[in-house]
Amino acid sequence: MQKIIDNIPANDPIAIPEKKAIIDAVLNANKDRQGGLMVILNELQGKIGFVSEPMQQYVAQTLQIPMSVVHGVISFYSFFTTTPRGKHTIKFCMGTACYVGGTQQLIDKTKQLVGIDPGHTTPDGKITLELCRCVGACSQAPVIVVDEEIVGRVRPNKVPQVIRPVMEDKADEPAA
Amino acid sequence: MPFFRSHVLISVDPECLKRGAHEVMDALQDELVQQGLNEEVQILETSRIGDPVQFGPDLMVYPEGVHYANLSVDDIPFLVEEHFLKGRVVNKFVAQESIIADEELGMPKAKEIRIVLRNCGKIDPNNIEEYIAEDGYMALGRVLTELSPEDVINEVLSSGLRGRGGAGFPTGKKWSFARASASTPKYVICNADEGDPGAFMNRRVLESDPHAVVEGMIIAAYAIGSSQGYVYCRAEYPLAVKTLNIAIQQAREFGFLGKNIMGTDFSFDLEVRMGAGAFVCGEETALMSSIEGKRGEPRPRPPFPAVRGLFMQPSNINNVETYAVVPQIMLRGPEWYASMGTEKSKGTKTFALAGDVKNTGLIEVPLGITLREIIFDVGGGIKDNKGFKAIQTGGPMGGMIPTKLLDLPIDYESLASAGSIMGSGGLIVMDDETCMVDIARFFMDFTQDESCGKCVPCRVGTRRILEILNRICEGNGRDGDIELLEKLCYEIKRDSLCGLGQGAPNPVETALKYFREEFEAHIYEKRCPAKVCRNLITYEVITDACTGCTVCARNCPVTAISGERRQPHLIDPDICIRCGICMQVCNFNAIHII
Repeated sequence: MQKIIDNIPANDPIAIPEKKAIIDAVLNANKDRQGGLMVILNELQGKIGFVSEPMQQYVAQTLQIPMSVVHGVISFYSFFTTTPRGKHTIKFCMGTACYVGGTQQLIDKTKQLVGIDPGHTTPDGKITLELCRCVGACSQAPVIVVDEEIVGRVRPNKVPQVIRPVMEDKADEPAA
Repeated sequence: MPFFRSHVLISVDPECLKRGAHEVMDALQDELVQQGLNEEVQILETSRIGDPVQFGPDLMVYPEGVHYANLSVDDIPFLVEEHFLKGRVVNKFVAQESIIADEELGMPKAKEIRIVLRNCGKIDPNNIEEYIAEDGYMALGRVLTELSPEDVINEVLSSGLRGRGGAGFPTGKKWSFARASASTPKYVICNADEGDPGAFMNRRVLESDPHAVVEGMIIAAYAIGSSQGYVYCRAEYPLAVKTLNIAIQQAREFGFLGKNIMGTDFSFDLEVRMGAGAFVCGEETALMSSIEGKRGEPRPRPPFPAVRGLFMQPSNINNVETYAVVPQIMLRGPEWYASMGTEKSKGTKTFALAGDVKNTGLIEVPLGITLREIIFDVGGGIKDNKGFKAIQTGGPMGGMIPTKLLDLPIDYESLASAGSIMGSGGLIVMDDETCMVDIARFFMDFTQDESCGKCVPCRVGTRRILEILNRICEGNGRDGDIELLEKLCYEIKRDSLCGLGQGAPNPVETALKYFREEFEAHIYEKRCPAKVCRNLITYEVITDACTGCTVCARNCPVTAISGERRQPHLIDPDICIRCGICMQVCNFNAIHII
C-alpha cells in the first residue's frame, strides 16, 4: 500500500506538474544505479534548486528506503538545501588562501551593502549570501562567486562594483 | 645534378603575395645573380611558413633553418651580403615568435620539472586526438600487448611512486594487495575530492589533461583485475566533472574504454560520481560510503579497501595525480621516475603555492627540494617585501613550519618529523602580519565543521579545542589553556577513527610548538602581537597625517568614522568592528593599529 504524503504545500515542486515530471525523470533514470541516491539528490538539487521535505518523502517512497535515510544524506552534505535559495547567490570562498587574502573584509563590506548576514536570503527573495568551501582558484585569492561566476582578486572597495549586477537584478538579462 | 649549398623557401601564400612576396623573390634572385651565388643558392616557392599577416613576406633559409620575416625589396641586398656571403644571421630580420605560455601556469619557473602538468595549457582537453598526439594511450598499448598485470605492478613498485593524495603509501604495494584479493568484481576509484583549502592541482589536471587520469586508471584496472571504475569528483569543480565526462565518452568512441579494449579480452568502463560539499569525503572509506549513496562516514580499518572496499568488494583508490603519472612511468620506465627525488620519496610532486608569496599558482618540482627554495626561488619571495613567518603544508591536517626549519627538504619523512604532513600539496605562505593563534583557530573551525560526527574524540574534541581558541582570540584566555590544548591534541590524535580527526590537531600543535609566545601574549597580556585579533586591537587615526579626504569614512561598513572634509577624522572604537578596510583604502598611511 502506498503511503500518502501529507500536507504538501501548493507551491512545492511535487505539486507542480512540470517540476514533478522532472523529478520522476531523474528517479526513473537512476533508480537501478548502484549508490544512486547521491546521484538522484545531486540532480534534484541542480534541476529544482532544493530538496523539500515532501520531495524527500517522495524519493524515499519511490526507492523504497526509509525517509530517515534520505533525510540523513540531505542533512549531511552542505550542497543540499531544503528551502529555495534566492534568485541570485553571492558566495564567499573560505579557503585558506582567500582567508589570508582578506575574505572577512569582503564579507563585512557586503553585509553592509545587502543588509543580511551570510547564510540568509533578502526578504524579497532576490539575493542569498553564503559562505562556501575552497573553490580551487587560490591563485586569484580572495574570491567571490557571483551567480556561479568566479571573481578573483577582489579588494573591499571594489565590492560594490562586483555585486552591482546582482543588486540591480540585471545578472540574468539576455546579453544585448 | 647541380648541388646547392643553401635553399631558400619563400612563402607564396596569397596573404604574402598581397604583401609583395613575388617582388621580394625577384629581388632576391637578381641579387644572387649579381653576387654570383645563383648556382649555390636555390629559391623555391612554398606555402605558408608563419602567420602571413604577422610575418609576411617571409622565407626560410636551409640548412640553418632561419625564419626571416617582414621583408621588403630594399632589405634584400643587405640580407644576401650578410647571410650568404659572410655567413652571419641577420637578427633584425628574424621572425619574433611569441611564446604562448598558459595563463595560469606561466612559463616553467626555476627548478620546475613538469610531468603531471606537462600537457596543461598545451592541448585541448576536449579533443582526445591532441592527447594521443602527445603519446597518449601509448602506455596503455604497451601494457596490454607486452606486459602481464604482475609486470605492471612490479614496474610501478620499482618506480618508487607513492600515493600523492597525502598519505604517501607505495602505490605498487597498494595495487598488489588489490590484485591478491580473490573476490570479484573489483573496483578502481579515483579520489578527485580535492577538499584541502588552498589546493587546486587536481582541479587543473582534471580540467586540462583528463585523459592522463583516465589512462592511468585503465592501467591500474588491468593490473588489479577490475572492470569498473569510478571517479569521485567534488561538486565544487563543475568544469572538471564536465571535462571528465567528455573525455570518458571520447575514450569509449576510440575503444580505450568499454569491452575488449584495443582488441584484447580486457574490458573496463568508468563513471563519474559527484560529491555534495563534504570535506570528509576525501577520506577513502568516507568516499566509498558516498559513492554507495550514504552519509560520508568513515569505517574502521582493517578491513582495508583492497580487501573489502566499495560495495564490500576489493577496491583500489588513488589520487588524481597518482593515476596521472602512471602512463608516463609505463612509457619512460621506472628508472627514469626513480632518478628524480630522494631516496625514499621518488619523483616530482605538484604543489599549489598560495598566500603572501609573489608567484602564486601551481608548480611541479622534484621531491627533496627545500622549503626555502620553493618560497624564495620558485615563489619569488614574500609579497610587498614583508617578512616570512611560517609556511603551512598539507592543508587543514598539516602543520605550520617556521623560519628555522626552512632548509627542510620536502619529502614525506622530513615533513612528518617537523609535525606536519605532505598532504595533497597545498602550501600557504604567511607573512609577519599573520596571527598564528588566529590561523590555528581558522583551521580548527574548518575541521570541526567538517567532522562527520561519528566518533567522540573528533566530534567533541575538536569542538572543545575550538571553544578554547575562540576564547583566547577574544581576549578571554585563561591560565591552563595551553596545557589543556596540548592534552586535547594528544588524545584526539590518538583516538580518532580517521585521518580527519587524527590530523585536525596538527595546526594547533605546531602553532603551540613553534609560536608558543604568541599564545602566551594573548592569554597573559591580552595582546595580539601580529595585530590581527579584533578584540585585542584598536584602529586609530594619526591626526597629523590625516588630510580629511573622507575615503575611509565612505568605505567603513559600519559608519564608525566621523569627520568633516579636510579635518582629521575620528574612529569610534565602540562601533568599529576592526575589519581593517579603512587602513587599506587610506592613501596617506594615516591609520594605524594599537
